[in-house]
Amino acid sequence: MLAVAVLATAFLALPIVGLVQRAPWSGLGDLLTRREVVDALGVSLLVSVVAAGIVLVLGTPLAWVLARVDVPLRRLVRALVLLPMVLPPVVGGTALLFALGRRGLVGQWLERWFDLTLPFTTAGAVVAATFVALPFFVVTVEGALRTSGEDLEQVAATLGAGPVAVLRRITLPRLLPAMGAGLALAWARALGEFGATITFAGNLPGRTRTLPLATFQALESDPEAAIALSLVLLAVSLAVLVPTRDRWLPTR
Amino acid sequence: MTGPFEPPTKEARTTGSPSALHLHGRATVGDLCLDFPEDAPLVVTPGELVALVGPNGAGKSTLLRLVAGLVALDPRPAERASGRLMLSGRVVDDGTASGFVPPSARRVGWVPQDRLLFDHLTVAANVEFSPRATPDRVGFLLDALDLAHLADRRPGECSGGQAQRVAVARALAAEPDVLLLDEPSTALDAGSRQRIHALLADRDGAPQATRRPAILLVTHDPAEAAGLADRVVELASGRTVHADRS
Repeated sequence: MLAVAVLATAFLALPIVGLVQRAPWSGLGDLLTRREVVDALGVSLLVSVVAAGIVLVLGTPLAWVLARVDVPLRRLVRALVLLPMVLPPVVGGTALLFALGRRGLVGQWLERWFDLTLPFTTAGAVVAATFVALPFFVVTVEGALRTSGEDLEQVAATLGAGPVAVLRRITLPRLLPAMGAGLALAWARALGEFGATITFAGNLPGRTRTLPLATFQALESDPEAAIALSLVLLAVSLAVLVPTRDRWLPTR
Repeated sequence: MTGPFEPPTKEARTTGSPSALHLHGRATVGDLCLDFPEDAPLVVTPGELVALVGPNGAGKSTLLRLVAGLVALDPRPAERASGRLMLSGRVVDDGTASGFVPPSARRVGWVPQDRLLFDHLTVAANVEFSPRATPDRVGFLLDALDLAHLADRRPGECSGGQAQRVAVARALAAEPDVLLLDEPSTALDAGSRQRIHALLADRDGAPQATRRPAILLVTHDPAEAAGLADRVVELASGRTVHADRS
């Protein structure tokens, strides 16, 4: 058992070690200030932050309804929420293309009525990132809402607090840690998004070429730049583990 | 306060002031059915302490939740007279959606069995939580229940007895007309028990506090029931089987 556990740990650690030992540490500063790297970093930050914002706005009510309201088809909705987590991202991207593409189910109307085109635009990259990131937030927050008791909200109500006061003074403050953790996970997932983005939004420098896309592109022409970009993404991933560590890394 | 006000009831007219609690009718929760017939309602007068005793599953906690507004009376059947719950002469539940007054608009103080303190707030913030809590009243309760030195602690840092005292103080700070205590003495240290009992036994209240509210006390302890209560009501399977002056 122990030997297998060590092997499994080594299997997870090895790629990281491989990446770090090949890192061009001395030229890292130059590599990371190149035009295409800075562009990709800018696109990635814009896309992932906007996607995280949309996830927060859409995901909070969805998590609340799933946890607290006895709506019809709740099991089906929950399965639908989980789908992007298990769906190959390239399938997600293809599906988005047929739904929101210029001739897609909804996309054709978006274009006709609002002159809004999503595929191969930065907005499209945001849509792709939101699609894959939303479940991480909803699942985290829904779980917290289900375990953090309605009974406390009932006590608050008997003390004279109306629904808005209960939400503001009990539900939300108690939910903040889970919302923070869910948002960090969703943001990290949005930042790392590749398959759905390249399928739905393409790989246009300065518009839809995010860090993962730039890394893939650089691997063919400039492996050192690919390593530098990978290190940036690795550093961000480690940083996300810090606020969520209580949830995912028990201290005991 | 919102909600309908009812003209004084028959017994209120004869005694001059409405009872703190007047309940008849049915409430069904799962397998349990509480049933107080119209000719034998549950009545608690202002300031009276009624102990509720009876076996597990008799509906004692459900009765407290019904009074608090966390459980509603059964919808009124067409062929029957409706159930009715009145607090201080005001109808708060008559089996209809429009006649149901939500918990936040009833003046009750609920101390549930597992206390349910707000663990993201300090002890003082718990006691002050109600919009009806005045600084005077909060200060008096923190002193009377020996909580002043714990004011800045979190409930998680309190002992079981301290947490129970916080729950009682929080409910009383809301100036309830009816205080609902669900086994407040379970697993209490002697000191906490004594302080809570002293506060409950004080019919006139201390200067800062107003008069003692009517109290429904669920207890398994016959000595507690006999020692504190003005009257003992025994429930079995949701019905009053025995009501007596202690």
